Amino acid sequence: MALDRQMAPVIKDAIDFDIKLKPYQHFVLDNQVEVYTYEGGAEPVMLMDMVFFAGNSYEDKNWVAAATNFLLKNGTTKKSAFEINEAFEFYGAHLSRNCYNETATIALHCLTKYFKEVIPVVSELISEANFPEKELQIYQQNLIQRLSLNLKKSDFIANRFIDEYLFGIDHPYGKYAMQEDYKNVTLADLTAFYDTYYKHGKCIIFMAGKFPSDMQELLNKHIGQLPLNKKVIANVTHPIVSAAQKQYSVVNDASSVQGSIRIARHFPNRHHPDFAPTQVLNNIFGGFFGSRLMRNIREDKGYTYGIHSYIQNHVQQCAWMISTDAGKDVCKPTMEEVYKEMKILREELVSEDELKLVKNYVLGGLLGDLDGPFQIIARWKTYILNDLTDAYFYNTIDVVKSIQPEQLKTLAEQYLKPEDFYELVVY
Amino acid sequence: MIQFDKFELDNGLKVIVHQDTSTPMAVVNVLYNVGAKDEDPQKTGFAHLFEHLMFGGSIHIPIYDEPLQRAGGENNAYTTNDLTNYYCQIPAENIETAFWLESDRMLSLAFSEKSLEVQRKVVCEEFKEHYINKPYGDAWHKMRTLAYTNHPYRWMTIGASLEHVEQAKMQDVKDFFFKFYRPNNAILVVTGNVTTEQVKQLAEKWFGPIAAGAPYERNLPMEPVQHKSRFQDVRADVPLDMLMMTWHMGGRLDENYHATDLMTDVIGGGATSRLYEQLIKVKQIFSSIDCYHFGTIDPGLVVIEGKLVKGITMSVAEKAVLDEIELIKNTMMPTHEVQKVINKTESLICFEDMSIMNRAHSLAYYELLGDANLMNQELEKYQKVTPELIQQTAQQIFQDTNRNTLYYYSKS
Repeated sequence: MALDRQMAPVIKDAIDFDIKLKPYQHFVLDNQVEVYTYEGGAEPVMLMDMVFFAGNSYEDKNWVAAATNFLLKNGTTKKSAFEINEAFEFYGAHLSRNCYNETATIALHCLTKYFKEVIPVVSELISEANFPEKELQIYQQNLIQRLSLNLKKSDFIANRFIDEYLFGIDHPYGKYAMQEDYKNVTLADLTAFYDTYYKHGKCIIFMAGKFPSDMQELLNKHIGQLPLNKKVIANVTHPIVSAAQKQYSVVNDASSVQGSIRIARHFPNRHHPDFAPTQVLNNIFGGFFGSRLMRNIREDKGYTYGIHSYIQNHVQQCAWMISTDAGKDVCKPTMEEVYKEMKILREELVSEDELKLVKNYVLGGLLGDLDGPFQIIARWKTYILNDLTDAYFYNTIDVVKSIQPEQLKTLAEQYLKPEDFYELVVY
Repeated sequence: MIQFDKFELDNGLKVIVHQDTSTPMAVVNVLYNVGAKDEDPQKTGFAHLFEHLMFGGSIHIPIYDEPLQRAGGENNAYTTNDLTNYYCQIPAENIETAFWLESDRMLSLAFSEKSLEVQRKVVCEEFKEHYINKPYGDAWHKMRTLAYTNHPYRWMTIGASLEHVEQAKMQDVKDFFFKFYRPNNAILVVTGNVTTEQVKQLAEKWFGPIAAGAPYERNLPMEPVQHKSRFQDVRADVPLDMLMMTWHMGGRLDENYHATDLMTDVIGGGATSRLYEQLIKVKQIFSSIDCYHFGTIDPGLVVIEGKLVKGITMSVAEKAVLDEIELIKNTMMPTHEVQKVINKTESLICFEDMSIMNRAHSLAYYELLGDANLMNQELEKYQKVTPELIQQTAQQIFQDTNRNTLYYYSKS
């Protein structure tokens, strides 16, 4: 029989897949630090992700949270920055840290066989960091230089400004550091922040991969005896102060050949019933390679290398963002097309066929996203830090499977109104 | 140890299968043995532009992405100077969709004029986004032209100029396709929840009927040994001075490859490297500095690049780097420093091998080098590297006559 290449092979629809989020294990250290683990994988590697409630929401002075997070690896009472790095790198381990809005993390990636060698050093960092003056000074100097470089980039500027318009320059989601902020931070600021939010702070641990048999004992010995989780961290709230003006055009570099376009509106957080169904609408709009924005503006018109829309990953208040860099002469038509696509979604029903494709794509992607121990614990981490359970996971799947074109149109009518969007082009 | 099976179809397509039953997914990876180095010097950027056109419809299937997304899959591709690689990840139950799609575009593209016209524009925007509208975006273009006088590594995968991409014609597209995109010039790797029997049957069914092409005899101009140090000054609207130096090194199968790799890690790979500790922390001459290498199949380059602290002159910075290089050449490296970079490499390999996607990329790449099983011998090769070998390698590579230097000055 001749092969019929016109005919697609039979597929199993992803909406028929039974997708499960594998459960975590949980235990509590002597000092009441909670540990969530997922053991699995074929390679002899593991991840320990320590989450501290030490994001920039807790700082009184700009940039203190980020600087503390970065510099706690640059000196303890026993070791210099070089010796600390050497203590990890000699065992092929990697210690990264990141500062977000609510939380800041210290994440250790290492070979399972060397966990016992490196865990004491992690413990030292969260109990005995001493912030040498020279380390702060070098860091400030290099960051000021890096900032001068980034300020040449239109996309960097655009990302900063759009968040500022949405949330206000004093809100943790809207603020950013300038040269002066870097200069103003002192050792006393770092030490105080460290003492409250790390040394005596609130911590949750997430672990995944292959564990040594004495993992719990090691953790209890080196982390479980530290003075963590003793004090209740006061709730902090910051008012959102959105810009009054909605449209902006900024010339950063007159010789620029492209413009960085950002179009964004406020959007509720994961606890809102519209969050899950809007993810489906977002996918149709600009959430993946086959989205309408991508097909129209890249694949049909060639205005840009890529255009994406997404809902920001914030805990309290999110934003729905459309982001692209387009040729200077086609920035205006690009924006017109974005609004045109919003209008179509408001006025016309998405076809059953397109919706089915998106449902399959989203659920197939979810299956792939849950492939591997690090991915599984990352999903749990998001849920736990957002006060959600696996009910949220299964509800989202139900929503994706059952959503209808009418509901998408209603959501578009509510959320894709041009007058709600902030709009910015940086050339 | 990554287990795999390997077989070849009558049309010359090599097929590798790696089974992993712990995942519900599968990866289908097709590597074509063609990269930017195979381009006509007058038509550069073509391999990469071509990669874009591979998504613009094949002979029986108008849009590549749609049926794949419908089957819950996603895909991407990349082009380097050496190769072009296409891959998709899909629920294992729907794997036949990937075979159908990949085999149809190997059989023939649709050669749509519209797709060529649009992708020319898209690639021009990509060019602008990464190489024009970005500080130092042209540095590699300049460095490649300085370091290579003859070998096609002298241009970047995006192309030597926007004009080359703008002028691409449909006939060029067709010629390129039928010259390089043939089964006997490709490697198919399938990883994930699949069996070898299943892959054999699917490969025969979908790829078996595609005719082989004329074998591609690669005959690239080789780079002559450099006998004199080369320098170039650049002045541009950037905030900081940058120093970039390169030295010619051996190719991917060179016996000193692993020593070279470890050597660059000791010199400038991360926070305990020599350059970081001495030149950023102790002497505060650079605000950032790295040492790495190309890792290309043909002889590549060892690179040191860094941004100078404001107020430091280029000659002070250059001398500081060269002093560190002299130390590497003239003093035996402590054993623990070598052990450190071997341990780092072991860790890197283990983390890389976690996903079926990376395993598929690696199997295809090592098969391109000659044998997929080389993948399983890498760690052992690194473990055999000694301080003596690193020192000898440093002495060979870091000769002044072998050096190319770009002084990239801030206009302000």
